[in-house]
Amino acid sequence: MANPILQVENLVKRYGEVEAVRGVSFSVEEGEVFGLLGPNGAGKTTTVEILEGLRTLDSGQVSVCGLDPQRDPDALKQEIGAALQATALPDKMRVMEAIRLFASFYKRQRDPQELLKRFGLDEKKNSFYSQLSGGQKQRLALAMALVNDPQVCFLDEPTAGLDPQVRREIYDVIEELRRDKKTVLLTTHYIEEAERLCDRVAIIDHGKVIVLGTPRELKARSGGTTRIEVRLSKPASAGILKSLEGVVDAREVDGAYALHSQRPPQTIVSLVKQLEAQDNELVSLEIASPSLEDVFIEFTGRRLRD
Amino acid sequence: MRNFAALTRMRIQIAFRNKMFFFFVIFMPFTFFFLWLGLLAKGIPTRCAFYLGPVVAFNVMGSFWGLSATLVLFREQGILRRFHVAPVTASDLLASSVVANYVLTLPIVALELFFARVIFHVPSLGNVFSLFVLVSIGIISFGSLGLVVASVTNTMQETQVLNQLLWLPLIFLSGATFPLAYMPRSVQRFGLFLPATYLVNGVQQAILNGATPWSRYVEILSLALWACLTFFLSAQLFRWEPEAKVPRRAKLLVAATAIPFLLLGLAENMSDRVLIEAKTALERFDSAPPKPPSIGMPIKPGGLSEPHR
Repeated sequence: MANPILQVENLVKRYGEVEAVRGVSFSVEEGEVFGLLGPNGAGKTTTVEILEGLRTLDSGQVSVCGLDPQRDPDALKQEIGAALQATALPDKMRVMEAIRLFASFYKRQRDPQELLKRFGLDEKKNSFYSQLSGGQKQRLALAMALVNDPQVCFLDEPTAGLDPQVRREIYDVIEELRRDKKTVLLTTHYIEEAERLCDRVAIIDHGKVIVLGTPRELKARSGGTTRIEVRLSKPASAGILKSLEGVVDAREVDGAYALHSQRPPQTIVSLVKQLEAQDNELVSLEIASPSLEDVFIEFTGRRLRD
Repeated sequence: MRNFAALTRMRIQIAFRNKMFFFFVIFMPFTFFFLWLGLLAKGIPTRCAFYLGPVVAFNVMGSFWGLSATLVLFREQGILRRFHVAPVTASDLLASSVVANYVLTLPIVALELFFARVIFHVPSLGNVFSLFVLVSIGIISFGSLGLVVASVTNTMQETQVLNQLLWLPLIFLSGATFPLAYMPRSVQRFGLFLPATYLVNGVQQAILNGATPWSRYVEILSLALWACLTFFLSAQLFRWEPEAKVPRRAKLLVAATAIPFLLLGLAENMSDRVLIEAKTALERFDSAPPKPPSIGMPIKPGGLSEPHR
């Protein structure tokens, strides 16, 4: 990699007995939108907060903009912007005041007025923080993450808990960051978010990176097949399902069966025949083009739940 | 320094939008002020002068309530962690809390003194410079105490319990509500170990006897040293994260802040200086003859020129 602005090597973090991060490694190039995708409790937030200098690491090495977050926290904070999870502002602080206050902490500052306009908060600039909706609070958090025109932007679950409409608004904002060639480290447990926004994704589970690559690469790893998910009235053996026409892989996931097929129509016909012969019935059937969810299932045997 | 100034301005701005601020910083102190001077002192100017010191000290001491509660609230809501990811230091935040509280409390004290003169015809405010020094150090030191309370408690509930535990002895055993000289001897002796007692006595002596700052060096230096100690400690124990718990060493360090007043209490218990001063003040100023019965709070034009005693 030519120019990694962010490097993580064998990062380990323990909370008492629990190992939250167990040897995570990745690096992010300048101008890249990099995603950490994984379920809650996978170690994403811990990883990000170590990079932001909010937490100390137990072992491994990290570098952000060439700085060590533990040795140089002050210099680092000048260079990064962050939208944290589980954060707030005082209820009676006005939007404009918040932006101005945080801008005043930095050597390099962007025009607060312009930021508010860009994030659609211009009309709300005199509102108290407590009067904002969830989406507006999140947009303000993103605007505040950019007040110092940072080299790297950390967005920790920027759309968690927001309804789909608002989530899409946030996506637009992040896509704009990508067009501006900002380096972004994004954590999420939404498949759609990672696929749509990230140049590269590391899928992380139980404190470890399971697989890393562009969304396209990752999906190709799941064989470029179509996923047919079926529920049956009686259990069936994975061996029999694997022998169906066109099926390259079949496994049980949460009581349903996921069949990966290269020829979906033929697979369905042979499935129905097979079920009839076994006096079994089809309860439901869904067909999905390959997604990162399949990659997650393939590597963990579990579903990545929203 | 620039961060500190911006944060201080923010804290003051937000305080004015907060109903709780009006209740605790304006309504409560003035209620206490009028109750004590109007009812307990019956509006008699010399008795009002006697109770003015305790009333002012009471107001000053209240600083630690608001500061501890706000800091814990900021921590619980995750507001502090947002500041943590910006180039803001713990000292910036803590100092801005103390200074904002000072800027907000000082005018209230000044108003109380003004009302005491104009409404209750208190004959003299004594040595105003001493008063200013003692009140300033008092606001800062009790504000810092609030920061320590915030550092050694994990939740708002714990904070309020600890505040109550501190508040009750501080106001009842120091002479801030009822004169120390009325108390049993053992309580008076215990009171000499409380910082509040020195604030009450210092302010009272400045008002009644025009005590100079250098004659009050014991009160001023002990409170100033205590302010430094509590502030330093609060910075040491400061926690940004809601889930970060109080470290074990905290209790030991907090115990260390009691040392100045433990030593001073021992010395003052030997000399009885403060107790004698408090007793003399009570005898001289609280036993003035009652005013004509019909008027509880004499409000008269030209009242400022009323004869002293």
